[in-house]
Amino acid sequence: MTTFAALEVGKHFYWQIGNLEVHGQVLLVSWIVIGVIAIASLIATSNVQRVPSGFQNFMEYALEFVQGIAKDQIGEKEYRNWTPFVGTLFLFIFVSNWLGILVPWKLIELPEGELAAPTNDINTTVALALVVSVTYFWAGLSRRGLGYFSKYVVASPFLLPLWVLEDFTKPLSLSFRLFGNILADELVVGVLVLLVPLIVPLPMMALGLFASGIQALIFATLAASYIGEAMENHGEEEHQEHA
Amino acid sequence: MDSLTSAASVIAAALAVGLASIGPGLGQGNAASSAVEGIARQPEAEGKIRGTLLLSLAFMEALTIYGLVVALVLLFANPFAS
Repeated sequence: MTTFAALEVGKHFYWQIGNLEVHGQVLLVSWIVIGVIAIASLIATSNVQRVPSGFQNFMEYALEFVQGIAKDQIGEKEYRNWTPFVGTLFLFIFVSNWLGILVPWKLIELPEGELAAPTNDINTTVALALVVSVTYFWAGLSRRGLGYFSKYVVASPFLLPLWVLEDFTKPLSLSFRLFGNILADELVVGVLVLLVPLIVPLPMMALGLFASGIQALIFATLAASYIGEAMENHGEEEHQEHA
Repeated sequence: MDSLTSAASVIAAALAVGLASIGPGLGQGNAASSAVEGIARQPEAEGKIRGTLLLSLAFMEALTIYGLVVALVLLFANPFAS
């Protein structure tokens, strides 16, 4: 039974690609996740009905859900352009978290390391968070040009270091939050399985399903809110709103 | 890893998680009690309150998770291990 609960943190299944060492187990599961999402979308859209039923209905619900996330944070006017980005983040994180818990990866033996949710590797979450950073900068710059940088000094020049610091802490907290939550869930379940292999870890796994769904929601919500914040004009419009 | 470093790392890891959970624990308690109060005062707003509560609870939980990340680094990827 102990082989089922080997707590392997920091051990990876390395692949050598050129001069790069990549974590093979993360890539494998990421591609499975991408495959699951792609196949689900293909099945749902292969025979589109005017009155949706069954699987198409479910996928439309998912689409409306991610549209809702984007609409709440970015606003009615702009959200359509950003729905694909926010939705991709949400679906990828959500499906990888859930597959990490629901699929018994431990049954597949790797030479080193073990298959798990891609999001329990800090590299995945940092990559996602950096993508979000670049995107909100791009959103701000494309919307407001160089005027985007006026937000750094408009309140007070003394706040400039804090604003710059915030641009660094945003990806840091985004990535650590997701990584820590997913890894913590897996560790808790692993420790419980080590102590009592049957039944007892199940409530913890259910809690893990709930928590990882919330984490996916939070990641997508925050990404959308950073984008919305970057695009919103700190000039006259805001004052008119308050008036 | 020599024994002094490992002993110090284990104690530091335990303290990191333990201390990091105090603040968010208090905060989550406050938030939950306010949410219950809000629901009692205005039961029709329950759905909205629950959503906001869950989101803010997750934010507070992130603070504990930072402590956990520090603890995990100390235990599994200790920079002073060599």
